[in-house]
Amino acid sequence: MSGDVIRGDGMSGAATSGAARGPLLSVTGLHHWFGGLHVINGVDFSCAPGIIKGIIGPNGAGKTTMLNLVAGKMRPASGSIVFDGASAAGLPSHRLAERGIARTFQATRLFPNMTVLENVMVGRHLRGRSGFLAGLGGPLFTRREDLSMRDACMQILGSLGIEGLAGREARALPFGRQRVVELARAVAAGPKLLLLDEPACGLNPAETEEMGRRISDLRGRGMTILIVEHDMSLVMGICDEVLVLSYGSVIAEGTPREVQENDEVISVYLGAGDA
Amino acid sequence: MRFSVERTLPLAALVVLAATAPPALGALKADFYLTQLTMAAYYSLVTLGLCLLMGYAGQVSLGHAGFFAIGGYAAAVISTSHAPAWLSVPAAVVLTAFVAVVIGIPVLRLRGHYLAMATLAFGFIVSRVILGTALLGQADGISDVPAYRLFAGLIISGKRAVRVQNFYIAWGLVLAGVLAAGNLVRSRTGRALRAIHGDEEAAAASGIDVARHKLATFVLSAVYAGLAGACLTHFNGGIGPGEAGIMKSVRYVALVAAGGMSSLWGTLTVSTSLTFLSLRGAFGLYDDAVFGGLLVLIMLFAPDGLFGALRRQALK
Repeated sequence: MSGDVIRGDGMSGAATSGAARGPLLSVTGLHHWFGGLHVINGVDFSCAPGIIKGIIGPNGAGKTTMLNLVAGKMRPASGSIVFDGASAAGLPSHRLAERGIARTFQATRLFPNMTVLENVMVGRHLRGRSGFLAGLGGPLFTRREDLSMRDACMQILGSLGIEGLAGREARALPFGRQRVVELARAVAAGPKLLLLDEPACGLNPAETEEMGRRISDLRGRGMTILIVEHDMSLVMGICDEVLVLSYGSVIAEGTPREVQENDEVISVYLGAGDA
Repeated sequence: MRFSVERTLPLAALVVLAATAPPALGALKADFYLTQLTMAAYYSLVTLGLCLLMGYAGQVSLGHAGFFAIGGYAAAVISTSHAPAWLSVPAAVVLTAFVAVVIGIPVLRLRGHYLAMATLAFGFIVSRVILGTALLGQADGISDVPAYRLFAGLIISGKRAVRVQNFYIAWGLVLAGVLAAGNLVRSRTGRALRAIHGDEEAAAASGIDVARHKLATFVLSAVYAGLAGACLTHFNGGIGPGEAGIMKSVRYVALVAAGGMSSLWGTLTVSTSLTFLSLRGAFGLYDDAVFGGLLVLIMLFAPDGLFGALRRQALK
């Protein structure tokens, strides 16, 4: 077993899979409608490997829809999504997970009927191989893999500082802890791209700060992160690049400082001025 | 894996009970009970498979009597034809699995009530096809099904002379069935199934192919039912259309629910005891009503099953 069980292969993966130093994710001319509502209106952006990119914007700007389109929850009406050198638009989420995309949800969605450790072991599903028949056959066929998976997942819990919760039922945890467990589950298979949907939503300021440190730490381990978030201090504190959406269109893109000084962004957020 | 009392204790109890029942009942001059205990074992095999599907993968089937009947009728038709005698049970199981794949692919796209309705309709179709097909004996069923020869002189047959060995064959199959199912739920696949039960979208985001896992579990549970149907048909020497009836399917669901939905041992215990009582005629003319009523009462008052309810009472 390698030293770091949750090392993503964002950088190395992009270099070895033929996408040679290009962006890990690039979205071009994306459109999506909900009925008559044009929620994503010609969005273009790309995400270089190894960075944290934030998507911000007022309520209803299409941030979560954008994330869901990349995560395969729905098929875009038109446009292309290229991930790691191959098209990813409209693939079902389990296929995208195989390709190296993991996610968390806006409202935490752990498996309530399972322990914390089991939740993380499900997150590491793709690193296992034993199938239906081996499962029926029992420990003789599955023991070795199960033990190493258990070890790896305990290490992941340890690196997030929650190994003490391993045996607890997920539904019995306080909300802030559930968020951390969901993060552990998402990174358990070592994804190349991690999609975080409002990870600070519902957290208190101390928990938000802690969450920010954890996310920065994941970038240090070679993961590329796309994050939708309302909490400006979190976004401005950890993101390398920020994309601003308003009514389904990109109105600004750049470093946190550039975006904060952009007149259009200021007018959209303050809803006033000369716009 | 780790030694676990939870797992070892019921297994040991099952082995001891099954091993001592024939001599004990023999000594009490009550060995005629062995016949119903053997039949109850085969019906319990159906509920074990259904427990995997309902309790772990979280998918309901109100058509499992249909799979039991497909296995049973296939064994009956093959063994009363000119086909090689050994073929009947394996062919019955393969046919059941095949039908489960064909039915499962479209039907498992549905959820909740819709899945329940679709599986109910499947059971209904099987039942009507049997009643309308001359080859399947229509309302009379198929009789004079010969014994099925296993290895080492063992035969599946209801003849008095082989009563004890048939008890052991049936309970040996149940033991294998509960062991395999118990292994599965503790494995990587079992975790995937429970994840699907908990939250399908989050399971898919973790890389689990939800449709594939549901289908595989559906087919596996159909195989349990088909195998039970084929063996019991050889044991009884025949099969009738009643085995495909809707009320049989409801009965299987009621037994799994009463066992605690996701408890293999609870299902086995409840299923064996109630099926045995039913076969002894304890519920008289109200047989189906007892199981229907049981399902209603469990849903209302003990959604976590009889043992769950007892445990809650004990903790009060």
